[in-house]
Amino acid sequence: MDLTPSDEQRLLRESADRFIHETYTAKLREHNAKEPFGFSEGIWKQFAELGWLALPLPEQHGGIGGGAIEVGILMEAFGRGLVSEPYLSTVVLGAGLVAEHGRDDQKAALLPSVAEGTLRLAFAHAERAARADLARVDTTARQDGDAYVLDGAKVAVLDGAAADQLIVSARLANNGSGSLRLFLVPRDAAGLTLADYPRLGGGRACNLTLQSVRVAAEAMLGGDTDATPAVEAVVDRALAAMSAEAVGMMQTLTDKTLDYTKVRKQFGRPLAANQVIRHRLTDMSVQVDEARSMALRAALKADADAAERGRAASGAKAKIGKGARFVAEQSVQLHGGMGVTDELDVGAYFKRLLAFETLFGGSTHHYRRHAALSGRPV
Amino acid sequence: MDMTFGEAELAFQQEVRDFIAANLTPDMKRAESLNASVFSEPEAGVPWQRALNAKGWGAPGWPVEYGGTGWTPAQRWIFETECAHAGVPSPTPMGVKMVGPVIIGFGSPEQKNYFLPRILSCEDYWCQGYSEPGSGSDLSSLKTRAVRDGDEYVINGTKIWTTHAHNANMMFALVRTSDEPRQQDGISFVLIDMKSPGITIRPILTIGGDHEVNQVFFDDVRIPASNLVGEEGKGWTYGKYLLEFERGSGIASAKLRKALHRAAAFAESDATGRAIEDPDIAIRMSEAEVDIDALEMTELRVLSALQNGQNPGAVSSILKLRTSEIYQAVSRLAVDVIGTDGLYVEPTRPLHRLNAPPAIPEDELAVMPTHLNGRAYTIFGGTSEIQRDIISKLVLGL
Repeated sequence: MDLTPSDEQRLLRESADRFIHETYTAKLREHNAKEPFGFSEGIWKQFAELGWLALPLPEQHGGIGGGAIEVGILMEAFGRGLVSEPYLSTVVLGAGLVAEHGRDDQKAALLPSVAEGTLRLAFAHAERAARADLARVDTTARQDGDAYVLDGAKVAVLDGAAADQLIVSARLANNGSGSLRLFLVPRDAAGLTLADYPRLGGGRACNLTLQSVRVAAEAMLGGDTDATPAVEAVVDRALAAMSAEAVGMMQTLTDKTLDYTKVRKQFGRPLAANQVIRHRLTDMSVQVDEARSMALRAALKADADAAERGRAASGAKAKIGKGARFVAEQSVQLHGGMGVTDELDVGAYFKRLLAFETLFGGSTHHYRRHAALSGRPV
Repeated sequence: MDMTFGEAELAFQQEVRDFIAANLTPDMKRAESLNASVFSEPEAGVPWQRALNAKGWGAPGWPVEYGGTGWTPAQRWIFETECAHAGVPSPTPMGVKMVGPVIIGFGSPEQKNYFLPRILSCEDYWCQGYSEPGSGSDLSSLKTRAVRDGDEYVINGTKIWTTHAHNANMMFALVRTSDEPRQQDGISFVLIDMKSPGITIRPILTIGGDHEVNQVFFDDVRIPASNLVGEEGKGWTYGKYLLEFERGSGIASAKLRKALHRAAAFAESDATGRAIEDPDIAIRMSEAEVDIDALEMTELRVLSALQNGQNPGAVSSILKLRTSEIYQAVSRLAVDVIGTDGLYVEPTRPLHRLNAPPAIPEDELAVMPTHLNGRAYTIFGGTSEIQRDIISKLVLGL
């Protein structure tokens, strides 16, 4: 057991922090918001050149073989900069599913292109009726000769419009007793309709409808086995990554609020001269510290057995979700009226933290999942 | 970075388990499980400390040359976790964790040679003379006075909240040796023999019904001048050094986890009507467990930083703040779990000396007194409000 970062991890943190600090300005975010996919192709290319897209992918398929800790280091920096490039959707979720569940020929065909920045993926899983229940999938896959026919609807597909291929989850309809499968579906497949929208806090997302979308049998990701364990594993790693991203946002908000309360004067003295303000800032910084610990824990347990991994991931999501709301709401509160305007970026962090809390289920859901995984009847 | 144990760590874990199996007697275990105070009674704490000392584990945090173990952070974590899990006694920290480091850091060679072995062996049982009736959070306003008279100091005044003063034969105390413009100056750190003429001890019962703390009065108490530690007037510096130990020492998460496991066991028993079936209780268990997970990770991060020679900074105040809050949340949860059994008042103390069976399951006896006494956690060693002041100063630069 050792929690000392390696030299490589230290260097990665330095270069990620430097890149975000120098490049990822408010101006760039403004520019990205106007881009068709909500991010900058140039920055995405730079991510590839820096080796960040290859970072967690397996070495035999063009990757660097890093793990959840390395992803967490990047994501924390992304959180600081409110990065909108589709790292979570393409690398953590998309490539993560291919690496976890895909056949060797699929890994060989897809992962090197992800690493090079020439292929983008998205994970189309959530459905309206499911809310945060990963197991609830009503989309169906009906076998028809050498093909599968997909029908259903998906919501909140992160960066779906920017993806070359969507990984769509569906339950087998006419064989395999409703077992879960994943299918690689080209974004321009016939019968696939995207309703693309700008996402709260930056980036884009879409809802999908699949009407008799026909894909070849080889488009099934992996062998003919249930994909639920792979989905749970990859979503848990995504929760760890998102937790690290939230830490970056919470730290930045706390820093900004601290700076503001030191200079903003009312009644002839800085806001921070008041004990009630100092203690509020203290509680914010304690929340950041605890969030940092939980994000690290989720990353360190990302490859543990399913229950241990799930408890760490849900524990992080639940606790950080609660802490993130506190930090975000208090940051707005302590900035006063200006905090509610679009003229400061405090609101941008607030919105992105709300998106964090919403995605893959909020604190209540994850405390309940943690309890269930701990054998507590809920 | 990883959280898994290597071969050497697994072997050490086994060594700790073997040691506990060989040395933790059923009496000690029972005394600890029925202990509603912050620290164990001497009858449990002293034999345990002596067993640790015989093994060479009497003071893991001390420098190796004085008897420390030189453990890695992982070893310290394993040791604390195994001890908490097994339910070993919690001796008071006043000797090993508090006065020991001050004597090592600032004491004379004679003081080191004389006192350090006696701390390790529990030949001396220490109490702490810091707070006074008029000096709580504002500790440096203390008024107990020591006046130099030849080779002696003459002490007059009073100390309060003195844990185990009624058991102790030695006290380390902060006393005023001169009046200076800054109230932190003119304070000295002295060692007092509790058998000295002129000392009176008044027991103070806490709201849980336990006698753990006292008020101590000094009327012309004479101590040898050689019992001054370090320099006269520098006591505040030494005392602050020690408070950092009090706030940041050890690994509290393991004990909190044990307390949560006990609450969970109550919740799963028929005696509580299986309180765990209440989803609200189940969710609160998970909330507490996640809070403990976060605390544990922070403690491990601090241990790693220390091992790499980094200063963890004000994080000891963050740990103190969160440990006390989580402790209270867990004890409140346990009270909610046992329901009406919490109404039963058992006046016998210590609880492990109880002979007749109580009206409620015996293992629930300590739950309510623990909760009541535990309200002190956010007060002693610097209140939560003081911790927030410290954090705002050191972490936030306010």
